[in-house]
Amino acid sequence: MLVYASIIVFAIAAGGIAGNRPAFAAFVGEVRSLFSAAALGAVRFFEWFGALGLFCKRVARAAFTRPFEFRELLRQMDSIGAISLPLVAAAGAAVGVVLSLQTRASLARFGAKSMLPTVIIFSIVKETGPIITALVVSGRVAAGIGAELGSMKVTEQIDAMEASAIDPYKYLAATRVIACILMLPLLTVAADFCGILMGWISQTLAEPISLRLFLNHGLSGVSFNDFLPPTLKTAVFGLIMGLVACFQGMRTTGGTAGVGRATTSAVVISSLLIIIADVVLVRLILVFFP
Amino acid sequence: MMKDTTSSVAGAIQNPKAPDPPRADGPPKADRPPIVIRGLRKSFGSQVVLNGIDLTIDSGKTVSILGQSGAGKSVLLKLIIGLQAPDAGTIEIHGQDIANASHEELTEIRKKIGFLFQNGALYDSLTVAQNVGFPLARHTQLTREEREQRVHELLSKVGMERDAAKMPSEISGGMQKRVGLARALALDPEIVLFDEPTAGLDPVTADEIDGLIAQLKSDRHMTSIVVTHDIHAVRLVSDRIVMLRQGNVVMDGTFEDMQKDKDEFIVRFLKTAA
Repeated sequence: MLVYASIIVFAIAAGGIAGNRPAFAAFVGEVRSLFSAAALGAVRFFEWFGALGLFCKRVARAAFTRPFEFRELLRQMDSIGAISLPLVAAAGAAVGVVLSLQTRASLARFGAKSMLPTVIIFSIVKETGPIITALVVSGRVAAGIGAELGSMKVTEQIDAMEASAIDPYKYLAATRVIACILMLPLLTVAADFCGILMGWISQTLAEPISLRLFLNHGLSGVSFNDFLPPTLKTAVFGLIMGLVACFQGMRTTGGTAGVGRATTSAVVISSLLIIIADVVLVRLILVFFP
Repeated sequence: MMKDTTSSVAGAIQNPKAPDPPRADGPPKADRPPIVIRGLRKSFGSQVVLNGIDLTIDSGKTVSILGQSGAGKSVLLKLIIGLQAPDAGTIEIHGQDIANASHEELTEIRKKIGFLFQNGALYDSLTVAQNVGFPLARHTQLTREEREQRVHELLSKVGMERDAAKMPSEISGGMQKRVGLARALALDPEIVLFDEPTAGLDPVTADEIDGLIAQLKSDRHMTSIVVTHDIHAVRLVSDRIVMLRQGNVVMDGTFEDMQKDKDEFIVRFLKTAA
């Protein structure tokens, strides 16, 4: 319906100005520039994906060939994991409190208040914990990687590394991507733990309940399949986050303004791709772990 | 502090405290030029930067590349070390075309080349000593003690041994270039590329850097390419001068040849630079 309406409006507009030659020429010019801008945008979009594909290939090759940069990997794991932990714990705790506050009233309305521990634990473990962790870490880590590698790029430090026969795809990118893959599931477990703990504290402040009873109730309906696949899917989020942030950082151009653009785009693109990947992964998990 | 450093640099130049050991295989053989460039072309969009450059650089010689800003001098160095790919033409380093080299071959070629970047390009998260030791840690079998000793030698050579523990942000631009030079020499390269080694430096520091390059030339017989606008440096270190203009070689000869050249651009360039 909307398409038909658009065509009619377009036809009326074209017909109205067809009699007026200069106006018609201007109209055609506008339409042409609109299409060429759209085509350019599409070309850039596919170019970006092509370049990302080549980048992934180089990083994968660097990651699986000797010598391995174990020391730098450990440093990155510390940087990404240990330093993100307080932020992730706070985000998980906040989610636990909010879930407890929001769902208590709803469940009470249906006379299902005893289900509250199960709802909190299920929500956190299956979806809220993993996605909140990924988005919070993406905001901190992708921005950090994008800015660090971006400034290294514009100050020729990455070129200097290559000139010294050191592969920056191995030393800078592969270590960061692997660290993201390894640390995201662990951070998710931390977020889940804090969320469940704070959910219980919030619940027990309103209506006292022992932690053991809370956990027994909540975990009674949770199987291993409810916990493991959603937690491990964050490794894919880590892969996306690490690759996008390193890619955007290492292709930075244009001085300090370029570093700012790389940082912003690293966060925006990785967050967007994480959300899209989450939809796909949830569907796959439902298929393979019903 | 600057005064101390300056005197130590001068001392290092006149009487090096820690001279590098002679190469095991002696100076590189003179029968095959280490750098051979044929028909090199490079463009960025519609802008032609290098338009079919031919250049052969003999072993142990220092060639200065002159030209206006944007003439493609720095691009030429980046093409030689494989940081950028040529549009056409070949660059052979010791007979090996770097454009067609595999990743492993390119790594081996790069180990033989030292590169001093225009702004030093020091790793800002590492100390001065760690910057110099970074290539050593990855490409040599030296023990930690041997590596520290080698780093100390290299920093002594450029008069920076007292600043080994400092971060790059804590030292001046001239000091950063000296550390960059020490890093470029870490793997005892056969070829060294200098990208505007004295740009932005005060005359005294620039003179020290020029002295270091001249010292390296006489001590180690390294093949060098120096991209510079500094006529004093050109006169001091060059065996040969190549002038680029609009992507082409407009002069190739000695400093005396350049002084005798009647080309209006070269005359104006010399006059302005002097």
